[in-house]
Amino acid sequence: MCKLHNKLLSNRLVINLNPKILEFKVEQIRKDFPILQQRIYNKSLVYLDNAATTQKPKQVIDTINEYYTKYNSNIHRGVHFLSEKTTLAYENARESVKNFINAKHEHEVIFTHGTTSAINLVAFSYGEKFINENDEIIISAMEHHSNIVPWQLLCERKKAKLKVIPFFSNGELALDELEKLLNEKTKLVAVNHVSNTMGTINPIKKIIEISHNHNVPVLIDGAQGIQHTGVDVQDLDVDFYAFSGHKVYGPTGIGVLYGKEKWLEEIPPYQGGGDMIKSVTFAKTVYNDLPFKFEAGTTNYIGAIGLASAIKYIESIELENIFNYEKELLDYATTKLSTIEGLSIIGYAKEKSCIISFVLDGIHHFDAGMMLDKMDIAVRTGNHCTQPIMDYYRIDGTIRASMTFYNTKEEIDYLYDSILKVKQMFN
Amino acid sequence: MTIDEKQKEIIEEFSVFDDWMDKYSYLIELGNNIQLIDDKYKTEEYIIRGCQSDVWLHAEYVDGIVNFTTDSNAILTKGIAALLVRVLSGHKPANIINADLYFVKEIGLDQHLSPTRANGLLSMLKQMKLYAMAYQAKNS
Repeated sequence: MCKLHNKLLSNRLVINLNPKILEFKVEQIRKDFPILQQRIYNKSLVYLDNAATTQKPKQVIDTINEYYTKYNSNIHRGVHFLSEKTTLAYENARESVKNFINAKHEHEVIFTHGTTSAINLVAFSYGEKFINENDEIIISAMEHHSNIVPWQLLCERKKAKLKVIPFFSNGELALDELEKLLNEKTKLVAVNHVSNTMGTINPIKKIIEISHNHNVPVLIDGAQGIQHTGVDVQDLDVDFYAFSGHKVYGPTGIGVLYGKEKWLEEIPPYQGGGDMIKSVTFAKTVYNDLPFKFEAGTTNYIGAIGLASAIKYIESIELENIFNYEKELLDYATTKLSTIEGLSIIGYAKEKSCIISFVLDGIHHFDAGMMLDKMDIAVRTGNHCTQPIMDYYRIDGTIRASMTFYNTKEEIDYLYDSILKVKQMFN
Repeated sequence: MTIDEKQKEIIEEFSVFDDWMDKYSYLIELGNNIQLIDDKYKTEEYIIRGCQSDVWLHAEYVDGIVNFTTDSNAILTKGIAALLVRVLSGHKPANIINADLYFVKEIGLDQHLSPTRANGLLSMLKQMKLYAMAYQAKNS
């Protein structure tokens, strides 16, 4: 049984024994996030743009501050105290990530700049080794551009073909189509864990199982997934899983590519530079072992240490508490916003993360976004880097309210009232 | 009325608004009342794409004067575009090229013309000046 599941079960047990200890107090949690305390346009900020980036608890900010203040020194190369201290913290961060996603080995955790660079790494390195002319790569129609364009670039480079799994109008993936698309030419399936636009939680375990039945490896774009559902890479049996630090309450500029050891050993390096080599002569360069083979140059080591601090923070709240609360918030917001006349929610999947995309009859999303901004509500408007989804629904953008565990029902009420005001102003 | 006089007039109009709500309501009104671009110019050729909203801009040069018409799919964008057209339309190319549009900042809408705003308005302003430059070059 997966580790996360075990952890969830054990949490439930603790909750049953002593409900007070693990009671989820959102007001208490909000105090950990300094940015939520400030006022924008002289009012309290209602931050509903968490799918774009999450805010950072003071524990993460303090960690980054501490390392830049006391310990900053380049990792892996120095013999002095500071370098050893930072190197140790960086490698401990790798261990935290390994435990967080339940990877088998620490060296299966590669630090990258973010999800985008992790996907590009696989598109390049896996592509170099395994993709040939007329091979096929399968993605879905609900991918973020960053899980479309790297594969298009690869297909152009190798004269390969991109195939697309469609989705239904409720925002759920047409899983039967995957089975039909898979064939002996298929070399990789790359889909997202959660749609950043519709919030759909895709059945990735099933997708991996189907693909593996055809001996095809799977990359999961976990940018919107890991922070709202948790991940156990061994239980999923996923080949590659990518996510970003800044969407998991950590700093920007740090991300993770998890790759199964066998793939990471087989594929060539992505970028060349310092730290990724064992020896360099003009005749031949011998690459370093995993994970350093994929970490050329100075990495964002303090970013990695900050990410570990973020993981520690959410684990201290308990993942199950977070997910339960977010589910409650999503249900509340969906019910409430659905009652607004002329408001249509885009994406009604049964399994949904706490993202609500919607359109308002006769009101351009940009106008609505500008108005909500003036009412101190931060939402995102536009196509959310998912133009194929907009094309499917024949719209040019949505208003997206993306929530997380520090948002409140009161904020949803305020969003509701504010949408009514927007409607009043435009109609 | 000169470009400068028009700017002062707009600043005066906006000075009566106490809060953003009134200001935005007025922009919506401006957007609704604007003399729209002729439908035949509402094509790809005249579109200025922003990431969030699009603007159409058409220019014509008659008797040494440049006239602009505009439209947008977002009404606030249209309202601001209407202000830009009101100030710059009906002037000689040289005056348009040299115009310093201080009114935008004065009425507190400069954030809409910052490079980070994805509404196409900054590109629209650049395009208006480019039209003026092209007409001036044609004329000399």
